Amino acid sequence: MQINNGLVYLIALPLAGAIILLLAGRLADKWGHIFATLMSASSFAVGLLQLSQMLARPAEERAVEQKLFEWISVGSFQVDAGLLLDQLSICFVLLITGVGTLIHIYSISYMSHDKDRRRFFAYLNLFIAAMLLLVLGNSFLNLYVGWEGVGLASYLLIGFWNQKPAYATASKKAFIMNRVGDMGLSFAIMIAFASLGTVSFSGVKEAVPQASTASLTAIGIMLLVAAVGKSAQFPLQAWLGDAMAGPTPVSALIHAATMVTAGVYLITRSNFIFDAAPTAQLLVVIVGAITLLFGAIIGTAKDDIKKALAASTMSQIGYMILGAGLGPVGYAFAIMHLITHGFFKAGMFLGAGSVMHGMDDEVNMRKYGNLRKFMPITFVTFGLGYLAILGVPPFAGFYSKDMIIETAFNAGGIKGILLGSAALLGAGLTAFYMTRVMILTFTGTPRWDEKADPHESPILMWLPMVILAIGSVTSGFLLSRGDALVHWLEPLFAEHGEHEELLKPIVVTSLALLMVAIGVAIAFLKYSRSEVSRTAPEDVSILTKIVRRDLLQDDFNEALFMRPGQALTSTLVKTDEIVIDGAVRGIGSAALSSAGALRASQTGFVRSYAALILIGAVALVAAIWVVTK
Amino acid sequence: MIDLAISVGQTGTPEAVMFWILGPMAVLSALGMLLVKKAVHSAILLAWVMIILAIFYIAQDAVFLGIVQVVVYTGAVMMLFLFILMLVGVDSSDSLTETIPGLRAIAITAAVGFGGLMVSLIARASIGREMVGLTVANLDGNVQSIAKKLFSTYVWPFEVVSALLITAALGAMVLAHHQRTILRPTQREQAINRFRSGSLASAAGLPGPGVFARHNAVDVPALLPDGSAAPSSISATLKARGDVIDSRKFELGEVDTSVEEEK
Amino acid sequence: MNAANYLYVSALLFTIGAVGVVVRRNAIVVFMCVELMLNAANLAFVTFARINGSIDGQIMAFFTMVVAACEVVVGLAIIVTIYRSRRSASVDDASLLKR
Repeated sequence: MQINNGLVYLIALPLAGAIILLLAGRLADKWGHIFATLMSASSFAVGLLQLSQMLARPAEERAVEQKLFEWISVGSFQVDAGLLLDQLSICFVLLITGVGTLIHIYSISYMSHDKDRRRFFAYLNLFIAAMLLLVLGNSFLNLYVGWEGVGLASYLLIGFWNQKPAYATASKKAFIMNRVGDMGLSFAIMIAFASLGTVSFSGVKEAVPQASTASLTAIGIMLLVAAVGKSAQFPLQAWLGDAMAGPTPVSALIHAATMVTAGVYLITRSNFIFDAAPTAQLLVVIVGAITLLFGAIIGTAKDDIKKALAASTMSQIGYMILGAGLGPVGYAFAIMHLITHGFFKAGMFLGAGSVMHGMDDEVNMRKYGNLRKFMPITFVTFGLGYLAILGVPPFAGFYSKDMIIETAFNAGGIKGILLGSAALLGAGLTAFYMTRVMILTFTGTPRWDEKADPHESPILMWLPMVILAIGSVTSGFLLSRGDALVHWLEPLFAEHGEHEELLKPIVVTSLALLMVAIGVAIAFLKYSRSEVSRTAPEDVSILTKIVRRDLLQDDFNEALFMRPGQALTSTLVKTDEIVIDGAVRGIGSAALSSAGALRASQTGFVRSYAALILIGAVALVAAIWVVTK
Repeated sequence: MIDLAISVGQTGTPEAVMFWILGPMAVLSALGMLLVKKAVHSAILLAWVMIILAIFYIAQDAVFLGIVQVVVYTGAVMMLFLFILMLVGVDSSDSLTETIPGLRAIAITAAVGFGGLMVSLIARASIGREMVGLTVANLDGNVQSIAKKLFSTYVWPFEVVSALLITAALGAMVLAHHQRTILRPTQREQAINRFRSGSLASAAGLPGPGVFARHNAVDVPALLPDGSAAPSSISATLKARGDVIDSRKFELGEVDTSVEEEK
Repeated sequence: MNAANYLYVSALLFTIGAVGVVVRRNAIVVFMCVELMLNAANLAFVTFARINGSIDGQIMAFFTMVVAACEVVVGLAIIVTIYRSRRSASVDDASLLKR
């Protein structure tokens, strides 16, 4: 594999930005945002340079590596801090730095009234650096560093306005639920080292054919746990909705376009493990299918525009996970959906931010209405993203999502039918809730609060939205033209044989479009024909109430983990107080009282010491007496 | 005496006779040393024990040690003890009541245990043992054979012990050395002080003790003109010892005949 | 007569000396009791020499005497020093160690 010593700059630039901004403190308040944006943009430029160099090489030699330093060298455990840039990572690098730079630009304006803007940009740069390390690491351990880094950045950014206790709690919730997944990743690394003897991607890939299915399945399941945690998949999905506490650009960058897709990256990167562990792979598709429905269902009942989008993100990542779980045939589609989703979902989040900007940070869609007149650019860009997520041809989502649905149907047997139906149903639900968002926000009669002053956002905000909207329109077409992305990624994945087609592609497409049409129609009937109340109606069915409560995900977690955890903690506290502290204090008081007792023996009288010597002599003679018997 | 001891020890029966007389005596003397009140009596009893031990040594073909025991112990060391006793208070007698509770019981219990165990150990160890005797070892004479050993095998310990002796002598001197903090008054100063102090009574010196002819009068106080006893006429040592006799016994006119009878 | 009898006497004298050290309060008597213990040991040495037919026991007794002499010299000097400052030869009065 070729060596390229330029890879480190991809990470070093944003990392330097973060360090400088954090260390410079208030000195950097005036220029910090520009500097951070420049750092992110230059990283994007380095990425483009790498892409051009990569394109110049033949397909087999496109991957390049850079060894940074010898990191861990303990016995047979040798890990170098090394970077790997191949066809898969370059997609991510460009997505992260590209979308990241756009969001930096957007944030300059969006955060302009925040006195902590510099800190915000420092965290953004930190996130970019960590995310790049995640996708560039050449071993599971290096990936793990980035994995934790994005977790940290996510925590810092969700809790950016931590003066509000609810936001601080949301950041802690995200952090803790992510820890569960991170534990899975660390277990996966440990199992990999224990059973395969290496943790580097190339090493593991070589070792897979000789490894036992059991250990591969264990690694696969643990990797899935990691992916589930980071990508907010079922059953670790509860944190994503609350993560919307962070500033909207954060939601766009971290909780829509990049970080939450790290799970998809992990599964795709570990394709050689999942290909050899069918059980783990089956679990992956199950998780994906459940989550795509779960997220879509939650999305139907959300009045908070950001939470609706977050539910949508969850659902769309469910699609990606589903695609990645379908094996070699699905990886490329998962990545394609990931990229297109990165465009349209980031665009929609920025649109939501733009709406909030004009509506005095109001997030309740029931208090919007008729905004298309006041925010034409936002409406158009959001609308393009909407069409893309719906999968309307020729927008981006059509190409990527359709392929996943198709592949799901082709998985074979009942599994294929179930997965395909779930994906189809998800598409319908997506159409419903996204149409609902569109109608509530941009059409109908105004239901604003007095303070709302809807106006179009400044150019620094709408320009990134426009660029992302262009991406939402074109990326799908560009990436699938002549199966461009599929061929691009082909060297990374195993060969896949031709599957018998359960349904012809045209049938699947028609079905999907039909479902979308039905979803859109229902939403129109429900929200466009009648007046929308400013408050959510209370006389609703029990099902609606459950969905409004996020399908009881928090109640479930509270009942299953929090309460027993609290009980355990209080028990442990009591145990600590009684047993541990008791033992410690007991030892202390025992020492004290025994010392007091012994003190009496220290009379200071020579004769009593002489008596003690005499007793000792008696003991000695007695010992001799016993021994010589 | 020494010849007698040797001749006694050389044969079995005379030695046994000597042992059964002197052995119990040594043990009883040692016990007495514990039980008597006065330190002087203890010292004398100890000296007696040491003399018995010297005899035992000679009886056991250790003539040199026997002599040394008498000269060094009963001679030098015991005299040192008596000297110090005189110095620090031959006049005081110890109270034998125990002040530390339980100590005496502990000591006696431990001693009984110790003694019992030792005796049982010795009994166990000496069963079936033949006594070799020193006839061969003392062929050249006891002193000569000791000298041979001492100046060959044990010459290094011997030198070390000499160093120890010198060190001990020096140490004793350092300990006993008393640094004067004030000048000792000269005779002239003492005379001046006597005459210049409050009353001229001190100028004439202290009164002597009573001079009754019927008694060695050192322990009888002199009588003042009013007929009362003069306490300053008696040595403080005699007073502390409780050896002062009341002068009234010797007053004229009512001579106490009981004193005569006591004699 | 068995020479071991001397050893019994030695053991008894040693025990009596030990009791004396503990029981008596006059420092000089305590010292004399220590001397008694040393002498008892000497008697045992001499008896061992006789039993084993070796002169070494007597040499040991000789050394013991020297050491005992040293000990008496220093010990009595200490007693005199203590007596000078405390006007007492009781070992119980020198009990400052407990405070």
